[in-house]
Amino acid sequence: MTDQDIETALTQELHRIAPDISLDDIDPAQDLRDEFDIDSMDFLNLVTALGKRFNLDMPETDYPEMRSFNALAAYLRTQAA
Amino acid sequence: MEYGTIPKSKQVANAANMADYAAVYDSFSWNDARKLINGLPGGRLNIAHEAIERHVLAGHGPQVALRWISKSGTRTVFTYQELSDLTNRFANVLRDQGLEKGARVYALLGRTPELYIAALGTLKAGCVFCPLFSAFGPEPIRARMEIGGANALITTARLYKRKVSALRDALPDLRSVFLTDGDAANTKRLSTLMDATSDRFATEAMDPEDTALLHFTSGTTGKPKGVVHVHDAVVAHHITGRFALDLRPGDTYWCTADPGWVTGTSYGIIAPLTNRVTMIVDEAEFDVARWYDILDQEAVNVWYTAPTAIRMLMKAGENAHKGHDFTSLRFMASVGEPLNPEAVIWGNSAFGMPFHDNWWQTETGGIMIANFAAMPVKPGSMGKPLPGIKAGIVATSDDGLRQLTEPRAIGELALRPGWPSMMRGYLHETARYDKCFRDGWYLSGDLAMRDSDGYYWFVGRSNDLIKSAGHLIGPFEVESALMEHPAVAEVAVIGVPDETAGERVKAFVALKPGIEPTDQLLLELLGHARTRLGPAVAPKEMVFRTNLPKTRSGKIMRRLLKARELGLPEGDISTLESDEQ
Repeated sequence: MTDQDIETALTQELHRIAPDISLDDIDPAQDLRDEFDIDSMDFLNLVTALGKRFNLDMPETDYPEMRSFNALAAYLRTQAA
Repeated sequence: MEYGTIPKSKQVANAANMADYAAVYDSFSWNDARKLINGLPGGRLNIAHEAIERHVLAGHGPQVALRWISKSGTRTVFTYQELSDLTNRFANVLRDQGLEKGARVYALLGRTPELYIAALGTLKAGCVFCPLFSAFGPEPIRARMEIGGANALITTARLYKRKVSALRDALPDLRSVFLTDGDAANTKRLSTLMDATSDRFATEAMDPEDTALLHFTSGTTGKPKGVVHVHDAVVAHHITGRFALDLRPGDTYWCTADPGWVTGTSYGIIAPLTNRVTMIVDEAEFDVARWYDILDQEAVNVWYTAPTAIRMLMKAGENAHKGHDFTSLRFMASVGEPLNPEAVIWGNSAFGMPFHDNWWQTETGGIMIANFAAMPVKPGSMGKPLPGIKAGIVATSDDGLRQLTEPRAIGELALRPGWPSMMRGYLHETARYDKCFRDGWYLSGDLAMRDSDGYYWFVGRSNDLIKSAGHLIGPFEVESALMEHPAVAEVAVIGVPDETAGERVKAFVALKPGIEPTDQLLLELLGHARTRLGPAVAPKEMVFRTNLPKTRSGKIMRRLLKARELGLPEGDISTLESDEQ
C-alpha cells in the first residue's frame, strides 16, 4: 500500500464523519479533533472505521500517536506496512 | 441480574465529611448551611467572594487554587492570591469597557485559565456569567446569545472566526468581544486590556436573589431554555460539595466536566473553590493514558467524572491502569446519566472504591440525590436525597398530583422546592417555568423508583430529550437545523442506545418529492447539521425514510420510531394516521 493510498483512505473516512470540513481547510500538523471539529465519539468512530479498513488493531493506548492528520497517517503507514 | 451492595468500612465511614447520613438529614437546616459561607455586610453576598476572597483574607493566598494542564502537557499553577488579582483585573476590564452590574457576559472557550478567570471575574463585577460549550456550532450559539441578550463574549480568535463573526449583525445587544489570543475585526484583545488595568477591585455586594449564572438546557419542543441561578446558590454549592463529593480544604480535586455545562460550573469552579481545594483542569479531551497519568501524577484525592469516560476506561482494560499509583484517591463520583452497575463495580476493583453516582439537573443547580462516602453503595442506584432536599415519586393526572409511597413504585421523580440553588426561572419563559411545578412539587421529567431502603433508581425519561455523553440534547433543535436544508421535507430525531455514550443522536429524514436519497446527499445533510449545530449536537447517524409516522394532527411520533428502533412494544398507536415507510 502506498502512502498515497493511506492518505486517500484516511481522507475518505474523515469525510464520512466530518463531510463539512475539507482537507484543504485544515492544518494537517495541528490537533485532529480541533481541525475537523470532531468530538470523542466521532474520533472513536473514525478509529473503528480505519481499523476495519486496514484490518488493524488500534488500541486506546496508541491514541496519543494519532493526534494530528499527519501523525495518524504516519501511524497507519507504520502499522499497515 | 442483582448486584450486591458495596459496604463501607467503619474507618471509611467515620472519616467522611458526613459520617451519619440519617442523623445529618434529620437535623439539617439551610440556615445552618448558610453559616458555612461568609457573606458580605448587610446580608449581601457574592459567589466570587466565597470562592476566592475569603480564603485570601484568611491567609490562604499562597495555596494553589488551580493547576492547569495544557494540551501539550505543560503545567501552570494559580494560587488563590493570583486568582484574586486576575479576577480583579477581569472585573476592571468589564467596567472599563462599560459593562455594568447585571450585564450578561458569555464565554465560548475551551478549558483554559481565561475561562475560570472570566467566570469568577464576571461574578465579582456583579455581571451574569453564561458559559457556552466550545463544541457548539453557530446555531446553538446564536440561539443562546439571543435569548440571554449577551452583552459581552470572551472567546478565542479561532472560535470567533469560525462560529461568531458571521452572527454579529444578528446580535444587536453584543457590545464587546474579547479574544484570549489573536486579533479580529470588531474585537479586543483580552490580555492587553488586563495588563492596562488595576489588580484591585471591590467585589460587588449582591442581593442573594440577584442573578449570577445563566445556563442553557434543551427542551423537547421549542427553543433552548435559559436557566436562571442566583448568588444565594453558593450556599448549596458549598454544602453539597462537602456532603456529596466529600471535599475538604487542601484536597486535590479533578472535575472532568466542561464548564460549558452546569456540572463544570457548579462543581468545576464554584463548589471546589468555596471548599478551598486545589482544582486540576485539563485542557485536552478524554484520553485513557493521559487520564490515568493525571490521577497518578497529580495525586488526585477526589475525582468527579462521567459514565461515558468511565466506560471508555473500562474498555481500555487492565493493562492501561496497571503500574499507576492511585493511593491518593479517596472518593470518586459520577454524574451526567445513570452509571451502569458494572461500571460501579469495575471502579471498586480497579481503584479499590466504587464510583458514587449522583443525580441532579441544570434546573436544580446542585446535586440533589447522591451516594455518599459513608453510605453503602447499591450499584445502579443514584443514592439518597441530600440533607435539605425532600424528594418523592409522584404520579400526576388531571385530578392533581399523588405521591407513590409503596416501595419500587415507578413514577416521576419530584422535589419540594426551596433549596438555594434551585432555578429562579427560565428566562422570558414564565409559562414553561410554571409547567415544571405541580401542587408544591418540582417535576424533574425523569421517571424513577425508590426501594424499601430509601435508595432512588433511575427508570427513564418522561419526554423525548436525548442524553448523549452526559449532555442533554433537544430533538427539536436538531430537527429545526435539518429542516432548513432545501432537500428535507420532514425529520424526526431520537436518541438510540450507545454502549459508550449512553445514547447517540439519530435522525430520520424524509426528502421532498423528486429528490433522490443518495449517499452523497446523506453526507451533505450530515455536514449541514454539523456546520449549524457543531459536533456535540449534530446527529451521529442518519437514515432516509419515504414517510415518517404521524398523528392525525400531523405531529411526528418520535416515541414510535424509538420503540421500533429498540424493538419495544409500540404502545398506544390509536392516534397514528400516517405510518413510517
